[in-house]
Amino acid sequence: MSLHHDHSTISADDRIAARVKAMEAILVEKGIIGTDAIDYMSSVYENEVGPQLGAKIVARAWVDPDFRQRLLVDATEACKEMGVSGMQGEEMIALEDTDTVHNMVVCTLCSCYPWPVLGLPPNWYKYPAYRARTARDPRGVMAEFGLELPESVEIRVWDSSAELRYWVLPQRPAGTEGWSEEQLAELVTRDSLIGVAGVASPKAA
Amino acid sequence: MDGPHDLGGRHGFGSINPEYDEPVFHADWERSVLTMFPAMAGAGAFNLDKFRFGMEQIPAVEYLSSTYYEHWMHAMIQWGTEAGIFDPEDLERRTQHYLDHPDEAAPKAANADLTEALKQLLPTGMDCRRESDAEPRFSVGDRVRVLDHVSTTHTRRAGYVRGRVGEVVAAHGTYVYPDSNAVGLGEDPHHLYTVRFTARELWGDEPGARNAVNNIDLWEPYLEAT
Repeated sequence: MSLHHDHSTISADDRIAARVKAMEAILVEKGIIGTDAIDYMSSVYENEVGPQLGAKIVARAWVDPDFRQRLLVDATEACKEMGVSGMQGEEMIALEDTDTVHNMVVCTLCSCYPWPVLGLPPNWYKYPAYRARTARDPRGVMAEFGLELPESVEIRVWDSSAELRYWVLPQRPAGTEGWSEEQLAELVTRDSLIGVAGVASPKAA
Repeated sequence: MDGPHDLGGRHGFGSINPEYDEPVFHADWERSVLTMFPAMAGAGAFNLDKFRFGMEQIPAVEYLSSTYYEHWMHAMIQWGTEAGIFDPEDLERRTQHYLDHPDEAAPKAANADLTEALKQLLPTGMDCRRESDAEPRFSVGDRVRVLDHVSTTHTRRAGYVRGRVGEVVAAHGTYVYPDSNAVGLGEDPHHLYTVRFTARELWGDEPGARNAVNNIDLWEPYLEAT
């Protein structure tokens, strides 16, 4: 058996992992990166900044009409009131769904996504099928996620081609009258802020 | 540039196939690559626009068949090499070393300055709005056409709106102009607008786009009055 691994038995993932270690070793030696920085940044997006923050904001907007108004006028400032801000969301715009308008967010040119309210994007958001089809076949894409809206509802697709980050303020579902903010936040999903799903009524769940 | 990244409206990519209960990271190495972005940007290897331009230069077959963080690695290696941070032969030699010793981890070392910088950066970000005295040429309600000449370098003028007519629905003020910032021509701020196109203007009568509109953010140099 050769001392070197047979290349044909090395998986693509092994190759990538080895290349990243090589990059990391050089960057560590040059003082450009540190293990503590990697642990810090990855833990922020794994444990702190994720869709639960967007859900809190949506729930607040559902129970507090003044907050809802501030959110629709200036989402960046309204989110700051709730301690939500940051990289890849320096300026955010909340898109209001109504009985007659449904919004959907995409980045056709790369994978821009509102990190402060949703964390890091899921793979499907970054891959070619979603980026290609959402611009042209939004109803078909929504249907794949289980959302079929009547033709009378206007679909507004938002392509995040600049440094403004868009996300959807979905409609509050029926059957939640009198619910607390915390209960409502539990209903709100990542997909509803992207616009590929609505928020399901608890009766239907 | 008309690269493989300019995907809006392309056919042939199949279904979306979302992964149920997807983890934030699919492998440990993704954590490292994520952090290399602010670390290498801070070291001067690239800005956000140059980084994207690097990803757009990935050969098309590779771009469409590799993962998001592999795209990042490509741009990092390209611009890191240009900046003198990486030497391709050294990188290759070290990669082979880790392939031969798969259980060996990358060396560990603290970088308190970077960690401190990230604690400031992650909750605030990097604002791209720049004040300018330039008067906006367009205002909300104006009809505009997207210029259809081709850029051979980085641009955010997506292919699917080139040559098409839409309506300005928001005027945002002046922002770093990616086409200049990506190629070393400075931030060159220009006015930014959200332009709305009817799906009919872009896609005709396709059933998936019935009663739909497409909004996209476009910088003033991309547009002409109609």
